[in-house]
Amino acid sequence: MLKKSLFKKPNIPLEGGAAPPPTLKCSDCARQIPKKELAENLYVCPRCGFHFRISARRRLSVLVDDGTFQEFDAALSGKNPLDFPGYDEKLQKSREDSGEKEAVLTGAAEIGGKKCALFIMERAFMMGSMGAVVGEKITRLFEYAAENRLPVVGFTLSGGARMQEGLFSLMQMAKVSGAVRLHGEAGLLYIAVLTDPTTGGVTASFAMEGDIILAEPKALIAFAGPRVIEQTIRKKLPEGFQRSELLLEKGFLDAIADRRAHAQTISRLLGLHEPRNFDEHKHKED
Amino acid sequence: MQAYERVQKARGAARPTALSLINAVFTGFFELHGDRVFADDRAVVGGLAQLDGAPVTVIGLEKGSSVKDKVERNFGAAHPEGYRKALRLMKQAEKFGRPVVTIVDTAGAYCGIGAEERGQGRAIAVNLMEMMRLKTPVISIVLGEGGSGGALALAVADEVWLFENSVYSVISPEGAASILYKDPAKAAEAADSLRLTAGDLASFGLIDRVFSEHNDNFERAFMDVKKELRVTLRKLCGLNKEELLELRWRKFRAMGET
Repeated sequence: MLKKSLFKKPNIPLEGGAAPPPTLKCSDCARQIPKKELAENLYVCPRCGFHFRISARRRLSVLVDDGTFQEFDAALSGKNPLDFPGYDEKLQKSREDSGEKEAVLTGAAEIGGKKCALFIMERAFMMGSMGAVVGEKITRLFEYAAENRLPVVGFTLSGGARMQEGLFSLMQMAKVSGAVRLHGEAGLLYIAVLTDPTTGGVTASFAMEGDIILAEPKALIAFAGPRVIEQTIRKKLPEGFQRSELLLEKGFLDAIADRRAHAQTISRLLGLHEPRNFDEHKHKED
Repeated sequence: MQAYERVQKARGAARPTALSLINAVFTGFFELHGDRVFADDRAVVGGLAQLDGAPVTVIGLEKGSSVKDKVERNFGAAHPEGYRKALRLMKQAEKFGRPVVTIVDTAGAYCGIGAEERGQGRAIAVNLMEMMRLKTPVISIVLGEGGSGGALALAVADEVWLFENSVYSVISPEGAASILYKDPAKAAEAADSLRLTAGDLASFGLIDRVFSEHNDNFERAFMDVKKELRVTLRKLCGLNKEELLELRWRKFRAMGET
């Protein structure tokens, strides 16, 4: 069998000069992108527009107005309600790997000068899976937003429900959905921004409950993941299945939103939901 | 009994399905079809029936009886149109002021191309939001399997009841075993860890009542359900709508509260 490495470029050091700048490979177009250039481009491939997955903190830093983020429930951290074997260790490792206490960040912030309640899910914490703490933090955020008459902006990223918490995790879908609904009944806006990957119980609850639903390009958005479907139907799925572009075509998204314009797009949408009267004076001027 | 034995009982060929509960507990079931958007999903049965003469909307996830029937009903695995039909009937019940009883028995919402393209996630999500605020009493009875989001989409209810060998879980034991242990054969072990039995779930306060199966005598078990429905529906129908919705929300709000 031929080894793939035969076709790889040999790693020959450049002659007589400094080491080449560190790069990251774009998993879509396979080009090597200098890390610095990638960071300046908000981790969007400058060649093909592919959106790399980024941590919740990094997203926060490129999205909100400097110094406006006020984090909520930062100390809230997961327990093991079922005494599920191995789960305590898994939680501990996820805390160390991600530097976060749980799989979602919540707080109040301003985006382009517009106030909102914000949540961002974290991939490095058990692939953004939803357990009781994730459900509780997002529920509290919607409650805070309802009390303070604020819109909610939420970035979803999740492998689904957190099975180590059993039915407690499933019930978070109902709990968060209730909080979304009550916030909505108060006439307030919820913008969901779906990022790669958004699947399972998160898709089947608050990801799909936004008044406005946006998604990053080419994000996997699914109820059942592609592997599960392929096992069920014993067929290969078509290219681009369950990606943002297909969901837009099928009518499940309002728009695909490039990360580099998120702050602009979101602040514009927030602005369009601020109470305004039709200004008679302005009309006369026209 | 081991958790996995209960899982097998809940899935067993001898287990009665939703329609047998409907016909045993209610009279004059009149089935209503279709989601008015795409199709009639036969994995979901729904319609009008009476309990002591009073009209009730009943909706069930139906696995089917004969082989042909099972295939036509997709073994109780609903598509988005099934969840939309269920919601249509629930909104109809709200309009006419009659209570809703749902019967849950499914391995889960169907995983397939059509289901995804027609918005399985969105269909379930909408049911969760709408059921939380449905202005009429809702009781959900998990008859066999309560499989994840596909079960919850019919179970955001004022009371959730299980039979002693019913199971209700976020993931199937086989699914959990293949993810956690890379070995679906360890399903029995996973079933224990998931704490998916009626007794465990009641002890966590995640479900409201467990009915005896009287050694597989479901005729008798269904009569117990009928008696309890009379009492509970009378109680819930006596609450004013704000009170009813507040109690339903408080119940789910407290789950996993930290």
